[in-house]
Amino acid sequence: MKRNGAQVIVEALMKEEVDIIFGFPGGSVIPLYDALYETKEIKHILTRHEQAAAHAADGYARATGKVGVCVATSGPGATNLVTGIATAHMDSVPMVIITGQVPTHMIGNDAFQEANITGITYSVSKHNYLVKRVDELPSVLKEAFHIATTGRKGPVLIDVPKDVLTGETKVPYPAEVKIRSYNPNYKGNLRQIKRAASAINKSEKPIIYAGGGIISSEASVELIQFARQAGIPVTTTLMGLGAFPENDKLSLGMLGMHGTRYANYAISETDLIIAAGARFDDRITGNVSEFAPYAKIIHLDIDPTVISKSVRVDIPIVGDAKNILSQLIPLIEKKRKREAWHARIKEWKGKHPLKYQRGGDLKPQYVVEKIDEVTKGEAIIATEVGQNQMWAAQFYQYTKPRTFISSGGLGTMGYGFPASIGAQIGCPDKVVFDIAGDGSFQMNIQELATAVNYKIPVKIAILNNGYLGMVRQWQEFFYHHRYSQVDIEKGPDFVKVAAAYGAEGIRVDKTEEVEPALKKALDIPGPVIIDFRVSREENVYPMVPAGVALTQMIEGLA
Amino acid sequence: MRHIISIEVENRFGILARITSLFSARGFNIDSLAVGETEDPTVSRITMVVPGDDQIIEQVIKQLHKLVDVIKVVDLRGQDIVERELILVKVNARRADRAEIMRIVDIFRAKIVDIDPLSFTIEITGTEEKIKGILALLKIFGIKKLVRTGKIALSREGKRI
Repeated sequence: MKRNGAQVIVEALMKEEVDIIFGFPGGSVIPLYDALYETKEIKHILTRHEQAAAHAADGYARATGKVGVCVATSGPGATNLVTGIATAHMDSVPMVIITGQVPTHMIGNDAFQEANITGITYSVSKHNYLVKRVDELPSVLKEAFHIATTGRKGPVLIDVPKDVLTGETKVPYPAEVKIRSYNPNYKGNLRQIKRAASAINKSEKPIIYAGGGIISSEASVELIQFARQAGIPVTTTLMGLGAFPENDKLSLGMLGMHGTRYANYAISETDLIIAAGARFDDRITGNVSEFAPYAKIIHLDIDPTVISKSVRVDIPIVGDAKNILSQLIPLIEKKRKREAWHARIKEWKGKHPLKYQRGGDLKPQYVVEKIDEVTKGEAIIATEVGQNQMWAAQFYQYTKPRTFISSGGLGTMGYGFPASIGAQIGCPDKVVFDIAGDGSFQMNIQELATAVNYKIPVKIAILNNGYLGMVRQWQEFFYHHRYSQVDIEKGPDFVKVAAAYGAEGIRVDKTEEVEPALKKALDIPGPVIIDFRVSREENVYPMVPAGVALTQMIEGLA
Repeated sequence: MRHIISIEVENRFGILARITSLFSARGFNIDSLAVGETEDPTVSRITMVVPGDDQIIEQVIKQLHKLVDVIKVVDLRGQDIVERELILVKVNARRADRAEIMRIVDIFRAKIVDIDPLSFTIEITGTEEKIKGILALLKIFGIKKLVRTGKIALSREGKRI
């Protein structure tokens, strides 16, 4: 059947079962918006900034496990997406991004609203395409969805010139896709799996270090079974929060720069690390040469480039975490006792719990704990970046995958609020919070209009300390209290901002007001900002300064 | 340490930019680069000479593999290979020196491909050592211009590239 490029895109979205897309129109993509006009099967969410469209698609993908799709026009529309694409790329989030482009005969001429977006996004996307003929468009779209959602997932951008959107083709949308140069390895090598099992069975002090790969391969069930059957403690990365229930006694919480003391001690004394879907990022290892000095390392990951990249691995297994873990489980001796190891961990947990100074001013950690309590730990928590992110990671207990949504790799301020909108749209029956800082929230504050327009009931909990708090903390610790360009106390009145956009706003100054305010917010059917005026110079503890060993943590309270 | 990396890629626009941007993003240098179509017109072969220790090269090869349009990557270092490079060199050739230059050209089985009153343009094909050797001799007369294709290589074994 003959149809134009824009209609091919709509057809592809329907065939790929995409029912929600996020975007912002502009000159070059008007033909696509024209095709969407009469498409009832696909809901388009109009954000107020293209960056937010990318983050919302990303949040939607993380919360649902489906692919996130966003659309923008050429030039500035496309460049505004770049931070969102890079954010998704760093955290391996499956996304398909469609950008308009100037007509093919004008490409390279510095035409109005032209930017070489494929060139710009080479290094921040998994793959990208510039489609020069409409006949290629069906297979490019098929490939893009395939590449985005397989292997180590990631964002794939398709740049479509205006004349390709309007040009007609008879080429059908392919039912199957085969790319000879792209064959991710899903099945782990059996010999390596056996070697790993024997190392695990021999180990006296093993630890599982689980990352975001567990969540993206839906391997949480297998991880839980593996850990419980083998009786091995589990620590997760920031991206791995929710992959293993934190209320399980085998859980050590998060490790790394702001991880728990017991996770960092355990990884420093372990004789065997089983790394699953994690990449030994610098925020995890601290000083690499002093990282896990006594440990043999088993590393299972779908991406061979992360193996032995920063830390030497003894038993690499390339493949899908879900497959490999289920192959490992039957090879593991059930419940080897390892009493000394468990006793040691129990002692650390007793001695060094996560803590903060209670009483006095309103504490941000208390707010996070109360959110956990009031939502019974059933909420989806999106975060911004900085102190708010770390407190959200530390003081809320995550028990299920896809409930913690945060920019881990890129650390993008302004991510949380639009991501929470995407998550809420993907999971309409869930309570969704954006745990924000007053700095980060202002980076995409305009999306209040989107939330109000579509009646998206996200709750924005601003831990408002009037500072760019994490930078202030670094300046306090490492730059002699020289607070350079971090004071943002003269910010807006967020309650009034909420009102101006047609949302609800609640201000909270005192500890005892926290719980009633949260309950009130949950009773309001639309978006709510809760402006928590928290203690200004509260720090995130424990903290491993950049570049030192994990055991050398700074602690706030003795 | 220098490695010769042979890469088979889809013959599409943009792939060379993807590969070189992978190098520049990590601050890796490329000593030489040769690109061309293979026996299969949908496939191009890129031959690169890259300096770096084994760990860096291992990472580079993995990253290259990760690019969607890359079909195959082989590090030819330590393998039995045939390698060649072609250079064109314009060298000063005063009347008194001409006979000697022609003798050098002869010995190295090079070729004079252009002559003007003041210079010869010489074509030389060979291994790195041979090219180094003749250039050292020609330098004495003064080299005016030099252009090289970059190294290309094929493995002698049947299976590898």
